[in-house]
Amino acid sequence: MLFELRDVCLARGGRAVLDAVSAAIPIGATAIVGPSGSGKSTLLRLLNRLADPDRGEVEYRGGPLGECEPLALRREVSLVPQLPALLEGTVESNLRYAAGLAGVEPDPAHHLHLAGLDPGFAERDVARLSVGEQQRAMLARALAQGPRVLLLDEPTSALDPGARDAIEATLAALRRELEISIVLVTHDPEQARRLGDWVVRLEAGRVTGCGPLERVLA
Amino acid sequence: MIVAAAASIQVSPGQVAASLALVALAAAVSFWWKADLERDIAVAAVRSLIQLTAIGYAIQVIFDADTIWLVLVLLAVMVLFGALTARNRARKVPGALKPLLISLSLAGATTLGLVVALGIFDPTPRYLVPVGGMVIGNAMTAAAVALNRLGDEMADSRARIEATLALGATAREAAMPTVRRALRSGMITLVDSTKTTGLIFFPGTMVGMLLAGADPTDAVRLQLILLYTLLGSVAIAALVATGLAYRNFFTPAQQLREPNG
Repeated sequence: MLFELRDVCLARGGRAVLDAVSAAIPIGATAIVGPSGSGKSTLLRLLNRLADPDRGEVEYRGGPLGECEPLALRREVSLVPQLPALLEGTVESNLRYAAGLAGVEPDPAHHLHLAGLDPGFAERDVARLSVGEQQRAMLARALAQGPRVLLLDEPTSALDPGARDAIEATLAALRRELEISIVLVTHDPEQARRLGDWVVRLEAGRVTGCGPLERVLA
Repeated sequence: MIVAAAASIQVSPGQVAASLALVALAAAVSFWWKADLERDIAVAAVRSLIQLTAIGYAIQVIFDADTIWLVLVLLAVMVLFGALTARNRARKVPGALKPLLISLSLAGATTLGLVVALGIFDPTPRYLVPVGGMVIGNAMTAAAVALNRLGDEMADSRARIEATLALGATAREAAMPTVRRALRSGMITLVDSTKTTGLIFFPGTMVGMLLAGADPTDAVRLQLILLYTLLGSVAIAALVATGLAYRNFFTPAQQLREPNG
Protein backbone atom coordinates (compact mmCIF):
# COMPACT_ATOMS: atom_id res chain seq x y z
CA MET A 1 0.00 0.00 0.00
CA LEU A 2 1.06 3.59 -0.64
CA PHE A 3 -0.57 4.95 2.51
CA GLU A 4 -2.30 3.18 5.35
CA LEU A 5 -4.22 5.00 8.08
CA ARG A 6 -5.19 3.24 11.28
CA ASP A 7 -7.59 4.74 13.82
CA VAL A 8 -6.53 8.29 12.96
CA CYS A 9 -8.14 11.07 15.02
CA LEU A 10 -7.62 14.80 14.67
CA ALA A 11 -9.52 17.63 16.35
CA ARG A 12 -9.51 21.37 15.64
CA GLY A 13 -10.97 23.91 18.04
CA GLY A 14 -12.49 21.14 20.15
CA ARG A 15 -14.27 19.59 17.13
CA ALA A 16 -13.33 16.17 15.78
CA VAL A 17 -12.35 16.63 12.13
CA LEU A 18 -11.19 13.04 11.65
CA ASP A 19 -12.70 10.41 13.90
CA ALA A 20 -11.06 6.95 14.03
CA VAL A 21 -10.25 6.98 10.32
CA SER A 22 -8.85 3.72 8.98
CA ALA A 23 -8.22 3.44 5.26
CA ALA A 24 -5.76 2.05 2.76
CA ILE A 25 -4.59 3.99 -0.30
CA PRO A 26 -2.83 1.92 -2.98
CA ILE A 27 -0.37 2.99 -5.65
CA GLY A 28 -2.34 4.44 -8.59
CA ALA A 29 -5.15 6.99 -8.53
CA THR A 30 -7.28 7.36 -5.43
CA ALA A 31 -10.19 9.74 -4.96
CA ILE A 32 -11.17 10.91 -1.48
CA VAL A 33 -14.82 11.87 -1.82
CA GLY A 34 -17.31 13.39 0.55
CA PRO A 35 -19.36 16.50 1.22
CA SER A 36 -17.87 19.82 2.37
CA GLY A 37 -16.57 19.67 5.94
CA SER A 38 -16.19 15.89 5.94
CA GLY A 39 -12.44 16.08 6.66
CA LYS A 40 -11.15 15.34 3.13
CA SER A 41 -8.61 18.18 2.96
CA THR A 42 -7.40 17.48 6.50
CA LEU A 43 -6.82 13.84 5.60
CA LEU A 44 -4.84 14.93 2.53
CA ARG A 45 -2.67 17.26 4.64
CA LEU A 46 -1.78 14.35 6.92
CA LEU A 47 -0.26 12.50 3.97
CA ASN A 48 2.67 14.88 3.54
CA ARG A 49 2.82 15.95 7.19
CA LEU A 50 1.44 19.45 6.79
CA ALA A 51 -0.45 18.24 9.86
CA ASP A 52 0.05 15.30 12.20
CA PRO A 53 -2.76 13.24 13.74
CA ASP A 54 -3.61 13.63 17.42
CA ARG A 55 -3.96 9.83 17.66
CA GLY A 56 -3.56 6.84 15.40
CA GLU A 57 -0.96 5.82 12.84
CA VAL A 58 -0.22 6.73 9.25
CA GLU A 59 2.14 4.60 7.17
CA TYR A 60 3.81 5.51 3.90
CA ARG A 61 5.14 2.63 1.80
CA GLY A 62 5.09 0.38 4.86
CA GLY A 63 6.97 2.70 7.25
CA PRO A 64 5.66 5.11 9.89
CA LEU A 65 4.96 8.48 8.26
CA GLY A 66 5.70 10.26 11.54
CA GLU A 67 9.33 9.15 11.27
CA CYS A 68 9.74 10.61 7.77
CA GLU A 69 11.70 13.87 7.69
CA PRO A 70 8.94 16.37 6.76
CA LEU A 71 10.88 18.44 4.22
CA ALA A 72 12.18 15.44 2.26
CA LEU A 73 8.74 13.81 2.41
CA ARG A 74 7.01 16.91 1.01
CA ARG A 75 9.37 17.01 -1.96
CA GLU A 76 8.45 13.39 -2.72
CA VAL A 77 4.75 13.61 -1.82
CA SER A 78 3.74 16.95 -3.27
CA LEU A 79 0.49 18.67 -2.31
CA VAL A 80 -1.31 21.11 -4.60
CA PRO A 81 -3.76 23.10 -2.45
CA GLN A 82 -7.33 23.94 -3.35
CA LEU A 83 -6.70 27.62 -3.94
CA PRO A 84 -3.73 28.78 -6.01
CA ALA A 85 -1.03 30.35 -3.83
CA LEU A 86 1.99 31.06 -5.97
CA LEU A 87 4.95 33.12 -4.85
CA GLU A 88 5.31 36.65 -6.22
CA GLY A 89 7.19 36.76 -9.51
CA THR A 90 6.94 34.87 -12.77
CA VAL A 91 5.69 31.35 -13.39
CA GLU A 92 9.25 30.32 -14.21
CA SER A 93 10.64 31.74 -10.97
CA ASN A 94 8.08 29.64 -9.09
CA LEU A 95 9.08 26.51 -10.99
CA ARG A 96 12.78 27.17 -10.44
CA TYR A 97 12.18 27.76 -6.73
CA ALA A 98 10.40 24.43 -6.38
CA ALA A 99 13.03 22.56 -8.39
CA GLY A 100 15.76 24.19 -6.30
CA LEU A 101 14.14 22.99 -3.08
CA ALA A 102 14.04 19.44 -4.45
CA GLY A 103 17.62 19.67 -5.71
CA VAL A 104 16.63 18.83 -9.29
CA GLU A 105 17.44 20.59 -12.53
CA PRO A 106 14.60 22.95 -13.53
CA ASP A 107 12.95 22.32 -16.90
CA PRO A 108 10.16 24.92 -17.03
CA ALA A 109 9.09 24.26 -20.63
CA HIS A 110 8.64 20.53 -20.00
CA HIS A 111 6.72 20.94 -16.76
CA LEU A 112 4.50 23.68 -18.18
CA HIS A 113 3.71 21.32 -21.07
CA LEU A 114 2.86 18.49 -18.64
CA ALA A 115 0.49 20.85 -16.82
CA GLY A 116 -1.13 21.85 -20.11
CA LEU A 117 0.42 25.31 -20.36
CA ASP A 118 2.20 26.86 -23.32
CA PRO A 119 5.96 27.50 -22.73
CA GLY A 120 5.21 31.20 -23.22
CA PHE A 121 3.66 31.18 -19.74
CA ALA A 122 7.12 30.91 -18.19
CA GLU A 123 7.68 34.67 -18.36
CA ARG A 124 4.18 35.60 -17.21
CA ASP A 125 3.71 37.40 -13.89
CA VAL A 126 1.64 35.12 -11.64
CA ALA A 127 -0.49 38.11 -10.59
CA ARG A 128 -1.76 38.36 -14.17
CA LEU A 129 -2.92 34.75 -14.54
CA SER A 130 -6.53 33.58 -14.43
CA VAL A 131 -7.50 31.21 -11.62
CA GLY A 132 -7.41 28.28 -14.04
CA GLU A 133 -3.95 29.27 -15.26
CA GLN A 134 -2.74 29.67 -11.69
CA GLN A 135 -4.08 26.21 -10.86
CA ARG A 136 -2.12 24.77 -13.77
CA ALA A 137 0.99 26.74 -12.76
CA MET A 138 0.63 25.25 -9.25
CA LEU A 139 0.50 21.79 -10.83
CA ALA A 140 3.55 22.54 -13.00
CA ARG A 141 5.39 23.80 -9.90
CA ALA A 142 4.64 20.57 -8.04
CA LEU A 143 5.74 18.50 -11.05
CA ALA A 144 8.99 20.49 -11.24
CA GLN A 145 10.06 18.69 -8.06
CA GLY A 146 9.75 15.28 -9.69
CA PRO A 147 7.40 13.90 -7.00
CA ARG A 148 6.42 10.24 -6.72
CA VAL A 149 2.99 11.11 -5.34
CA LEU A 150 0.72 14.07 -6.16
CA LEU A 151 -1.85 15.13 -3.58
CA LEU A 152 -4.51 17.30 -5.24
CA ASP A 153 -7.04 19.18 -3.12
CA GLU A 154 -10.17 19.92 -5.21
CA PRO A 155 -8.05 20.90 -8.23
CA THR A 156 -11.05 22.04 -10.28
CA SER A 157 -13.37 23.51 -7.65
CA ALA A 158 -12.71 27.11 -8.71
CA LEU A 159 -13.00 26.42 -12.43
CA ASP A 160 -15.76 26.50 -15.03
CA PRO A 161 -16.74 23.20 -16.72
CA GLY A 162 -14.47 23.81 -19.74
CA ALA A 163 -11.38 24.46 -17.61
CA ARG A 164 -12.34 21.54 -15.35
CA ASP A 165 -12.42 19.14 -18.30
CA ALA A 166 -9.05 20.42 -19.48
CA ILE A 167 -7.43 19.86 -16.04
CA GLU A 168 -8.95 16.40 -15.83
CA ALA A 169 -7.54 15.56 -19.27
CA THR A 170 -4.14 16.83 -18.07
CA LEU A 171 -4.29 14.63 -14.96
CA ALA A 172 -5.26 11.60 -17.02
CA ALA A 173 -2.32 12.29 -19.36
CA LEU A 174 0.03 12.69 -16.40
CA ARG A 175 -0.95 9.26 -15.13
CA ARG A 176 -0.19 7.76 -18.53
CA GLU A 177 3.10 9.60 -19.07
CA LEU A 178 4.62 9.57 -15.59
CA GLU A 179 4.93 6.82 -13.01
CA ILE A 180 3.17 8.91 -10.45
CA SER A 181 0.45 8.13 -7.94
CA ILE A 182 -2.36 10.61 -7.47
CA VAL A 183 -4.52 11.15 -4.39
CA LEU A 184 -7.33 13.50 -5.32
CA VAL A 185 -9.81 15.18 -2.99
CA THR A 186 -13.17 15.95 -4.57
CA HIS A 187 -16.72 16.59 -3.46
CA ASP A 188 -17.92 15.39 -6.88
CA PRO A 189 -18.50 11.60 -7.15
CA GLU A 190 -18.58 11.94 -10.96
CA GLN A 191 -15.07 13.38 -10.95
CA ALA A 192 -13.98 10.52 -8.68
CA ARG A 193 -15.42 8.10 -11.27
CA ARG A 194 -13.58 9.84 -14.10
CA LEU A 195 -10.18 10.02 -12.38
CA GLY A 196 -9.93 7.37 -9.65
CA ASP A 197 -9.42 3.61 -9.52
CA TRP A 198 -9.78 3.50 -5.77
CA VAL A 199 -12.08 5.53 -3.51
CA VAL A 200 -12.10 6.56 0.13
CA ARG A 201 -15.49 7.99 1.09
CA LEU A 202 -15.68 10.30 4.12
CA GLU A 203 -18.72 11.66 5.94
CA ALA A 204 -18.44 13.83 9.06
CA GLY A 205 -14.85 12.75 9.64
CA ARG A 206 -15.58 9.02 9.39
CA VAL A 207 -14.81 6.56 6.63
CA THR A 208 -18.01 5.21 5.09
CA GLY A 209 -16.38 3.36 2.24
CA CYS A 210 -12.92 2.35 1.09
CA GLY A 211 -12.03 0.15 -1.85
CA PRO A 212 -12.09 -0.17 -5.64
CA LEU A 213 -14.13 2.49 -7.45
CA GLU A 214 -16.75 0.10 -8.77
CA ARG A 215 -17.44 -1.28 -5.31
CA VAL A 216 -17.55 1.97 -3.28
CA LEU A 217 -19.32 4.17 -5.85
CA ALA A 218 -21.51 1.50 -7.39
CA MET B 1 33.33 62.83 23.74
CA ILE B 2 30.24 64.94 24.31
CA VAL B 3 30.69 67.49 27.11
CA ALA B 4 27.60 68.74 28.92
CA ALA B 5 27.02 72.48 28.66
CA ALA B 6 26.27 74.42 31.78
CA ALA B 7 23.36 76.15 30.11
CA SER B 8 19.95 75.33 31.47
CA ILE B 9 16.58 77.02 31.60
CA GLN B 10 14.12 77.39 34.42
CA VAL B 11 10.54 76.28 33.71
CA SER B 12 7.87 77.20 36.24
CA PRO B 13 4.78 75.08 37.03
CA GLY B 14 2.72 78.04 35.79
CA GLN B 15 4.28 77.75 32.34
CA VAL B 16 3.49 74.03 32.24
CA ALA B 17 -0.09 74.79 33.30
CA ALA B 18 -0.39 77.40 30.55
CA SER B 19 0.57 74.80 27.93
CA LEU B 20 -2.51 72.82 28.97
CA ALA B 21 -4.44 75.34 26.83
CA LEU B 22 -3.22 73.33 23.82
CA VAL B 23 -4.53 70.13 25.40
CA ALA B 24 -7.90 71.86 25.76
CA LEU B 25 -7.69 72.81 22.10
CA ALA B 26 -7.08 69.16 21.13
CA ALA B 27 -10.05 68.07 23.24
CA ALA B 28 -12.20 70.78 21.67
CA VAL B 29 -11.30 69.60 18.15
CA SER B 30 -12.21 66.04 19.12
CA PHE B 31 -15.52 67.19 20.65
CA TRP B 32 -16.38 69.43 17.70
CA TRP B 33 -15.75 66.66 15.13
CA LYS B 34 -17.16 63.89 17.34
CA ALA B 35 -13.85 61.99 17.18
CA ASP B 36 -14.62 60.59 20.65
CA LEU B 37 -11.08 61.14 21.87
CA GLU B 38 -11.74 63.69 24.64
CA ARG B 39 -11.43 61.11 27.40
CA ASP B 40 -8.26 59.64 25.86
CA ILE B 41 -6.75 63.11 25.53
CA ALA B 42 -7.50 63.84 29.19
CA VAL B 43 -6.04 60.50 30.28
CA ALA B 44 -2.97 61.11 28.10
CA ALA B 45 -2.42 64.58 29.61
CA VAL B 46 -2.81 63.35 33.20
CA ARG B 47 -0.72 60.21 32.67
CA SER B 48 2.09 62.15 30.99
CA LEU B 49 2.09 64.64 33.88
CA ILE B 50 2.27 61.92 36.53
CA GLN B 51 4.69 59.65 34.65
CA LEU B 52 7.11 62.40 33.62
CA THR B 53 7.07 63.97 37.11
CA ALA B 54 7.77 60.57 38.66
CA ILE B 55 10.54 59.75 36.20
CA GLY B 56 11.97 63.25 36.78
CA TYR B 57 12.33 62.50 40.49
CA ALA B 58 13.68 59.03 39.73
CA ILE B 59 16.28 60.47 37.35
CA GLN B 60 17.27 63.02 39.96
CA VAL B 61 17.84 60.21 42.48
CA ILE B 62 19.88 58.27 39.92
CA PHE B 63 21.94 61.33 39.00
CA ASP B 64 22.60 62.07 42.67
CA ALA B 65 23.57 58.45 43.41
CA ASP B 66 25.81 58.48 40.30
CA THR B 67 25.98 54.68 40.08
CA ILE B 68 25.67 52.57 36.96
CA TRP B 69 23.62 49.89 38.76
CA LEU B 70 20.63 52.16 39.27
CA VAL B 71 20.82 53.07 35.58
CA LEU B 72 20.70 49.39 34.66
CA VAL B 73 17.69 48.84 36.93
CA LEU B 74 15.88 51.78 35.32
CA LEU B 75 16.67 50.51 31.80
CA ALA B 76 15.51 47.00 32.75
CA VAL B 77 12.20 48.43 33.98
CA MET B 78 11.86 50.37 30.72
CA VAL B 79 12.49 47.17 28.72
CA LEU B 80 9.87 45.29 30.76
CA PHE B 81 7.19 47.96 30.40
CA GLY B 82 8.13 48.50 26.75
CA ALA B 83 7.71 44.78 26.01
CA LEU B 84 4.39 44.60 27.85
CA THR B 85 3.11 47.65 25.97
CA ALA B 86 4.29 46.35 22.60
CA ARG B 87 2.64 42.98 23.29
CA ASN B 88 -0.74 44.70 23.19
CA ARG B 89 -0.06 45.60 19.55
CA ALA B 90 1.07 42.06 18.76
CA ARG B 91 -1.95 40.08 19.92
CA LYS B 92 -2.01 37.93 16.78
CA VAL B 93 1.56 36.75 17.43
CA PRO B 94 1.68 33.72 19.75
CA GLY B 95 4.14 34.06 22.65
CA ALA B 96 5.15 37.60 21.63
CA LEU B 97 6.46 38.68 25.05
CA LYS B 98 9.71 36.71 24.98
CA PRO B 99 10.83 37.96 21.53
CA LEU B 100 9.93 41.50 22.62
CA LEU B 101 11.91 41.29 25.85
CA ILE B 102 14.93 39.91 24.01
CA SER B 103 14.70 42.41 21.14
CA LEU B 104 14.39 45.48 23.40
CA SER B 105 17.18 44.26 25.68
CA LEU B 106 19.48 43.61 22.74
CA ALA B 107 18.62 46.90 21.03
CA GLY B 108 19.33 48.82 24.25
CA ALA B 109 22.48 46.93 25.21
CA THR B 110 24.02 46.95 21.74
CA THR B 111 23.41 50.60 20.91
CA LEU B 112 24.34 51.95 24.36
CA GLY B 113 27.37 49.66 24.43
CA LEU B 114 28.46 50.94 21.03
CA VAL B 115 28.03 54.65 21.77
CA VAL B 116 30.08 54.19 24.94
CA ALA B 117 32.70 51.97 23.25
CA LEU B 118 33.08 54.45 20.36
CA GLY B 119 33.70 57.21 22.88
CA ILE B 120 30.58 59.20 21.93
CA PHE B 121 29.12 59.31 25.44
CA ASP B 122 30.54 58.81 28.93
CA PRO B 123 29.18 55.73 30.72
CA THR B 124 27.52 57.94 33.33
CA PRO B 125 23.86 58.29 34.36
CA ARG B 126 23.63 61.79 32.80
CA TYR B 127 24.04 60.26 29.31
CA LEU B 128 22.87 56.66 29.68
CA VAL B 129 19.48 57.49 31.21
CA PRO B 130 18.14 59.89 28.55
CA VAL B 131 19.77 58.11 25.61
CA GLY B 132 18.66 54.72 26.96
CA GLY B 133 15.10 55.98 27.31
CA MET B 134 15.04 57.20 23.71
CA VAL B 135 16.64 54.02 22.40
CA ILE B 136 14.26 51.67 24.24
CA GLY B 137 11.21 53.82 23.44
CA ASN B 138 11.95 53.87 19.73
CA ALA B 139 12.88 50.17 19.77
CA MET B 140 9.55 49.44 21.45
CA THR B 141 7.62 51.29 18.76
CA ALA B 142 9.53 49.57 15.97
CA ALA B 143 9.11 46.10 17.48
CA ALA B 144 5.40 46.71 18.15
CA VAL B 145 4.74 47.89 14.60
CA ALA B 146 6.78 45.02 13.12
CA LEU B 147 5.01 42.33 15.16
CA ASN B 148 1.61 43.90 14.54
CA ARG B 149 2.29 43.67 10.80
CA LEU B 150 3.74 40.16 11.20
CA GLY B 151 0.53 38.96 12.89
CA ASP B 152 -1.67 40.46 10.17
CA GLU B 153 0.52 39.21 7.33
CA MET B 154 0.80 35.68 8.72
CA ALA B 155 -2.99 35.53 8.93
CA ASP B 156 -3.44 36.90 5.40
CA SER B 157 -0.69 34.75 3.89
CA ARG B 158 -1.57 31.39 5.46
CA ALA B 159 -2.48 29.81 2.12
CA ARG B 160 0.71 30.94 0.41
CA ILE B 161 2.92 29.98 3.35
CA GLU B 162 1.38 26.51 3.62
CA ALA B 163 1.64 26.04 -0.15
CA THR B 164 5.34 26.85 0.13
CA LEU B 165 5.78 24.46 3.07
CA ALA B 166 4.06 21.82 0.91
CA LEU B 167 6.97 22.09 -1.53
CA GLY B 168 9.40 21.13 1.22
CA ALA B 169 10.50 24.65 2.12
CA THR B 170 11.56 25.27 5.72
CA ALA B 171 9.41 27.47 7.94
CA ARG B 172 12.04 30.19 7.56
CA GLU B 173 11.96 30.01 3.76
CA ALA B 174 8.16 29.97 3.68
CA ALA B 175 7.80 32.90 6.08
CA MET B 176 10.66 35.02 4.73
CA PRO B 177 8.65 37.34 2.43
CA THR B 178 6.23 37.99 5.31
CA VAL B 179 9.01 38.55 7.84
CA ARG B 180 10.74 40.91 5.42
CA ARG B 181 7.61 43.05 5.04
CA ALA B 182 7.12 43.14 8.83
CA LEU B 183 10.74 44.16 9.38
CA ARG B 184 10.37 46.92 6.82
CA SER B 185 7.21 48.20 8.52
CA GLY B 186 9.01 48.42 11.85
CA MET B 187 11.89 50.46 10.43
CA ILE B 188 10.26 52.61 7.76
CA THR B 189 8.80 55.30 10.03
CA LEU B 190 12.11 56.28 11.57
CA VAL B 191 13.93 55.99 8.24
CA ASP B 192 11.42 58.35 6.63
CA SER B 193 11.45 60.82 9.50
CA THR B 194 15.27 60.77 9.46
CA LYS B 195 15.16 61.62 5.74
CA THR B 196 12.98 64.67 6.34
CA THR B 197 14.55 65.84 9.58
CA GLY B 198 15.55 69.48 9.43
CA LEU B 199 13.31 70.05 6.39
CA ILE B 200 9.84 69.25 7.62
CA PHE B 201 10.32 68.88 11.35
CA PHE B 202 12.87 69.64 14.05
CA PRO B 203 13.53 66.64 16.27
CA GLY B 204 13.05 66.87 20.04
CA THR B 205 16.62 66.83 21.22
CA MET B 206 17.63 69.67 18.94
CA VAL B 207 14.60 71.73 19.93
CA GLY B 208 15.33 71.08 23.61
CA MET B 209 18.96 72.12 23.27
CA LEU B 210 18.10 75.25 21.32
CA LEU B 211 15.51 76.20 23.93
CA ALA B 212 18.09 75.61 26.63
CA GLY B 213 20.41 78.07 24.90
CA ALA B 214 22.91 75.67 23.32
CA ASP B 215 24.92 76.51 20.25
CA PRO B 216 22.97 75.39 17.10
CA THR B 217 26.02 73.49 15.79
CA ASP B 218 26.22 71.44 18.98
CA ALA B 219 22.46 70.90 18.91
CA VAL B 220 22.66 69.58 15.35
CA ARG B 221 25.62 67.31 16.07
CA LEU B 222 24.02 65.79 19.13
CA GLN B 223 20.78 65.32 17.24
CA LEU B 224 22.61 63.55 14.42
CA ILE B 225 24.29 61.20 16.88
CA LEU B 226 20.95 60.37 18.43
CA LEU B 227 19.22 59.86 15.07
CA TYR B 228 21.93 57.47 13.90
CA THR B 229 21.86 55.67 17.26
CA LEU B 230 18.09 55.31 17.00
CA LEU B 231 18.34 53.95 13.46
CA GLY B 232 20.63 51.22 14.78
CA SER B 233 18.43 50.39 17.75
CA VAL B 234 15.25 50.31 15.65
CA ALA B 235 16.88 47.97 13.13
CA ILE B 236 18.07 45.60 15.87
CA ALA B 237 14.70 45.62 17.65
CA ALA B 238 12.64 44.97 14.50
CA LEU B 239 15.08 42.32 13.23
CA VAL B 240 15.31 40.40 16.49
CA ALA B 241 11.58 40.67 17.29
CA THR B 242 10.43 39.42 13.86
CA GLY B 243 13.28 36.91 13.57
CA LEU B 244 12.27 35.26 16.85
CA ALA B 245 8.51 35.74 16.73
CA TYR B 246 7.81 34.17 13.31
CA ARG B 247 9.04 30.81 14.66
CA ASN B 248 6.09 30.73 17.07
CA PHE B 249 3.73 30.29 14.10
CA PHE B 250 5.30 26.93 13.24
CA THR B 251 5.70 23.53 14.90
CA PRO B 252 9.09 21.78 15.09
CA ALA B 253 7.89 19.60 12.16
CA GLN B 254 7.72 22.74 9.96
CA GLN B 255 3.92 22.88 10.08
CA LEU B 256 1.87 26.04 10.31
CA ARG B 257 0.11 26.11 13.68
CA GLU B 258 -3.64 26.59 13.76
CA PRO B 259 -4.49 30.24 14.61
CA ASN B 260 -5.62 29.34 18.14
CA GLY B 261 -3.73 26.08 18.40
